[in-house]
Amino acid sequence: MADQPFLRMENIHKRFGNVVASAGATIDVRQGEIYALLGENGAGKSVLMNILCGVLTPNSGEIVFRGAPLRLGSPSEAIRHRIGMVHQHFMLVPNLTVVENYLLGKESPFAVLTGLKEAAARIRALSDHYGLDVRPEAYIRDLSVGERQRVEILKVLFHGIDLLVLDEPTAVLTPQETNRLLDLLRVLVADGKTVIFISHKLDEVMRVSDRVSVMRDGKVVFTTDTKSTNPRELARMMVGRDVLMDLPTKAATPGRTVLAVENLHCNNDIGLPAVRGVSFEVRAGEIVGVAGVSGNGQSELALALAGLIPATEGAIKLNGENIRGLSPGEIGRRAMAHIPEDRHKLAIVLPLPLTENVILQRYNQAPFAKGGLLAPEAIARHTRDLLQRFKVKAGGVDSPIQTLSGGNQQKLVVARELARRPDFLLISQLTRGIDIGAMEFVMQEILKQRELGKAILLISTELEELFALSDRILVIYEGRIVGEMPPDRNRLDEIGLLMAGNAPAGGAVRPPLDEARL
Amino acid sequence: MKRSSPLAVPGGESGLAVADENSPPLGKMGQARLLHWATRALKAILPPIAAVALALLVSAALLAFNGFPATDVFTIMVTGVFHDVRSTSEVLLKATPLILIGVGLCVAFRCSIWNIGAEGQLYAGAIAATAVGVSFAGLPAWLHIALILAAGAAAGAFWAAIAGLLRIFFNASEIVTTIMLNYIAIILTDFLVTGPLKDPAASYPQSAKFLRDLWLLRFLPPTRLHIGILIAVALAVAAYVFLFRSSAGYAVRVVGINPHAARYAGINVPKNILLAIAISGAMAGLAGAVEIDGVTFRLYQDISPGYGFEAIAVALLANNNPLGAIFSGILFAALRSGSELMQINAQVPQVLVFVIQGLVILSVVGFAAFKRQTARPAE
Repeated sequence: MADQPFLRMENIHKRFGNVVASAGATIDVRQGEIYALLGENGAGKSVLMNILCGVLTPNSGEIVFRGAPLRLGSPSEAIRHRIGMVHQHFMLVPNLTVVENYLLGKESPFAVLTGLKEAAARIRALSDHYGLDVRPEAYIRDLSVGERQRVEILKVLFHGIDLLVLDEPTAVLTPQETNRLLDLLRVLVADGKTVIFISHKLDEVMRVSDRVSVMRDGKVVFTTDTKSTNPRELARMMVGRDVLMDLPTKAATPGRTVLAVENLHCNNDIGLPAVRGVSFEVRAGEIVGVAGVSGNGQSELALALAGLIPATEGAIKLNGENIRGLSPGEIGRRAMAHIPEDRHKLAIVLPLPLTENVILQRYNQAPFAKGGLLAPEAIARHTRDLLQRFKVKAGGVDSPIQTLSGGNQQKLVVARELARRPDFLLISQLTRGIDIGAMEFVMQEILKQRELGKAILLISTELEELFALSDRILVIYEGRIVGEMPPDRNRLDEIGLLMAGNAPAGGAVRPPLDEARL
Repeated sequence: MKRSSPLAVPGGESGLAVADENSPPLGKMGQARLLHWATRALKAILPPIAAVALALLVSAALLAFNGFPATDVFTIMVTGVFHDVRSTSEVLLKATPLILIGVGLCVAFRCSIWNIGAEGQLYAGAIAATAVGVSFAGLPAWLHIALILAAGAAAGAFWAAIAGLLRIFFNASEIVTTIMLNYIAIILTDFLVTGPLKDPAASYPQSAKFLRDLWLLRFLPPTRLHIGILIAVALAVAAYVFLFRSSAGYAVRVVGINPHAARYAGINVPKNILLAIAISGAMAGLAGAVEIDGVTFRLYQDISPGYGFEAIAVALLANNNPLGAIFSGILFAALRSGSELMQINAQVPQVLVFVIQGLVILSVVGFAAFKRQTARPAE
């Protein structure tokens, strides 16, 4: 078995236009192991796995699976070879049931009519076997993110696979849900499956994998048994140098109150209450973190503070002035900068060049506009300046921003927002889709802003990010602040329980989502 | 809030806008800069040219299939259309309203506003221009002409703004409302020329004729070519500068590509929607006024042979670039002139010419979609 690996991908090359996503990556995977593929965003992990699973076709390179060369044209061909993938973005139809989703795209178009009962029974059996709590007749739209992920995993198991690929599976999970997933991976391996697990989280890789490969710039730079390595070494391999795992932080010296939120209420996009009476303050020179499982009102909180959705009740005071009801432009001119969570939707205009993205809020202000006309020289100079200061990798200032990797796009957004010299900085999911190198850099910049006396609200679903940056952490659950915690990693369990709706001591605030529904 | 549209308008990129912004500075590097600019320009115009070529190839096959020798037909068309100064000037005369409207539509489409109502806005402009032209006797001619053109533009802008406001306040699809407003404007014209604006001396339903002093200057006698074509070219350049060089035009484009980001940035989305649709309406209304004051000198039914609809294709073929609309406007005008010649000299039915025009549009849209597919790297 040692000479004939289960899966070998050799010298895989993949280009998108001028962007090289995979530059001769080679991996070996052994049967029955949990193999972790670690790397920064943009390192080429997802591309490599999408090639394996037939979503993408490589420009060159060879795949040998169970001793035979493999050439896949589509994901369904991959399934026929018993290779299945759970994508970062779930591939489920929200207004169909679980079993209907599973039968989509099966060979017979009549499967949905004739095979429902039989399929449901099989789903139930599989669900029981792996302890997944998946009900075949549940509608996807009613399920939480964690449940949807289990539905996705069960879907590939249902289709019958021997090799399971998971792309960043823990990005959307609570610590408890993450534990549950990692346990499941162990069970799958015990059942004879092989698992490839893409991640950029060192602790998970250390906990669950048998072997790990590190990818950088489209190549595999390091492969080892997990037992014989440590997080520091892996991190170094990921970025090619030593990484500060803990940022040096001085204790905050909070000054005057910059932002005061009082009894804020607002609705989500379908008109249901999302934020239900939130009050807090952010003072100059402190970073206040907001922790919570996604979907508990933190996105709406950020949008309401920025004036992008209306608040139904309460007050938002910025430097003493109530800004509730003002337009986003008016709020932006009152010294608030906003790094939004949905970068592609809000923060950038994908087809436009870097120059025209950098002036997004200041397109009609000097020095970027003179007499109603744009000033290309000044804009290009400012853009080059930001690219250099924030070490953004880009072709040129007039290349469209969509040609940049996610991490580089985010760096440019952060650079742009900080350049506006705000008093209050509203940050949602700062490090989402960002690699470790960029993450550290951006975090340092945010800390510098704190030292400059800015008031910063940091909303995140990544606890590591909150621990590293916050001076105190508010936990949001179902639209309410249910607790405040110090940024102490030793009290992770308490924060996790708060995030799941349980008071740390005493009874439950509300039953946890999963149990309430299943 | 992604709105679907029957018109897949090619990419939202700014085209030539930033062609030379990042080039090396002038001086020794002038040559490199020129080369850079030329490459960008070539890249921008190659797809539409290829699209037209493909469409003509298919058309040739279609002609041959119907028993017409394709090369002969095309020869008759091209030599006929550009036979002499007179025939060329007739093409430019037809191109004038197409360029005017097409340029306006470039602005609307860049804002993702699908104004299908240029035809109605043209009629609204023609009505207003006529009303002004037959009144105010005794004004100095230059002032009266300026008033005629201004009235046309204002009426077109107003007609389009109705659809804009319905979109902003009731989220009514401008595709539907502008089409409906077409009918209202056209039927209103029918009513006016048979009633209130009818020339009492004429037996046909038409307005009184404009005094000769008020006619737009013909600068290439004895041809009918008037200064409208110069106005159209000048406004195309102005629209290009507006869209790609001005702050206001930048806001219009951002709203068109990503209204969410526009809101995030503090750009007033409704204001820009209204601005873009009003500009396109003003251009169509101006085209109506220019037709009245440069070609027909009076209002009657069916003054436009569908310029307002054809101009949609003009903007599309130009990739919503106002400078490109000058050339695509001339091309469609030539196709239109050629269609008459094809009929007269080659006995090709006019519907075949419409098929050729349709093929051009189809392949333009196809090329744009292809470009989008290949240009976007995976996340």
